[in-house]
Amino acid sequence: MSLNPGNKGMTEEPVDFEAMDPVLKQSLSDFKASVHAWSDAMISRPRTVREVVVRRTWRLAGGVSLACALLAGGVSGGLYQHHQRQEQAKIAAARAAEQRRQLAAERARKEEDLLAKVDSDVSQEVPTALEPLAQLMSEDATK
Amino acid sequence: MASANEIAAQEFSAVVASHRPQIFRFLLASTRDADLAETLTQECFLKAHVNWARFRGDSSTMTWLMRIAINLQKDHWRNRRIQFWRKASTNAVDLDEAGEWLPSGERSVEQKMMARERVAHVWRAVEDLSGRQKTVFLLRFVEEMELSEIAQATGLSEGTVKAHLSRGLAKVRAELGGKP
Repeated sequence: MSLNPGNKGMTEEPVDFEAMDPVLKQSLSDFKASVHAWSDAMISRPRTVREVVVRRTWRLAGGVSLACALLAGGVSGGLYQHHQRQEQAKIAAARAAEQRRQLAAERARKEEDLLAKVDSDVSQEVPTALEPLAQLMSEDATK
Repeated sequence: MASANEIAAQEFSAVVASHRPQIFRFLLASTRDADLAETLTQECFLKAHVNWARFRGDSSTMTWLMRIAINLQKDHWRNRRIQFWRKASTNAVDLDEAGEWLPSGERSVEQKMMARERVAHVWRAVEDLSGRQKTVFLLRFVEEMELSEIAQATGLSEGTVKAHLSRGLAKVRAELGGKP
C-alpha cells in the first residue's frame, strides 16, 4: 500500500522500530546514540558568545561610523557655510571698494573739471584785469 | 507557608530541569547549531513560563513544550528566509561533523568507523527531508515519542505522521543503499 497518493511507486515503510530490518534498525540506533552524545556534550559546555560579540562589534563600528559621518558632515557643512560667508563678505567688500574708488575717481574728475574751468575763466579774465597796468607800461615807454 | 506563586515557580523549575535536555537535543538535531539550539531552548522555556498558568494539562508537559519548540524553530527559519543576508552568519556544523559524535562504549575501532558511516548516511537522508518530515523523524527516532504524542506536538493527524515517517524511512533506506 502506498501512503503517498502522489508517489505511487513508494511502498510503505514499517514505522514500528521492531518491525524494521536489522541494518535500518542499527543505523537508526546509531543515529540516536550519536545525537544524544552530541547533545550531552553541547549542553554542558560553556557557551560561546562569538557571534554576539561580532554582532555587537559590528553594531558599535556601525554606530561609530555613522556618528563620524554625521560629525564630518556637520563640520564640513559648517566649514562650507563659513567659507561661503567669507567669500560673500570678500565680494561685498570688493564691490564696496570699487564703488568707493569710482566715487573718488568721479569726485576727482569733477574737481579737475572745476579747476580747469576756473583756470580757463581766470586766463580769460587776466588780460582785462591787467589792461590798466599795460596802459601804464605803454605810457612810460612813450615818455 | 509557601504562596501559590512560589509553588508554581518550584513546579516550573522542576519542569525545566527535567525537560531541558530533551528540548535542547531536538533543537540541536533540527538546526545542527548548538548556540542557536541553546537560544531557542531558552526562548521555549521563557514562553512556557509566561503561559504556564494557562497550561491545562490536555497533553503531557513534554508534548506541550515540544510544540512550543517546534513553533519557535519554524518562526526562526521563517525570519531567516526574510533576513536572507544573515544566512552567512550561521554556526551550523556540517553533516560530517555532526556524524562524528558517538557514545564512548566498548566498541572496536572498526565498529566505530562503521557506526560513523551509518550515522553519516542517516544525516544525509535527514537533510533531504522536508522540514515537517524532518521534525517528525527526529521526534520519533531520536526522542522516541509515540505517534500520538508526535501528532499532538506537531498538530498533524496520526495518519499524516505515519506517512511522513514512512517517507523519511524510505529515504534513509535509499541512502543506506537499500531499496528506494
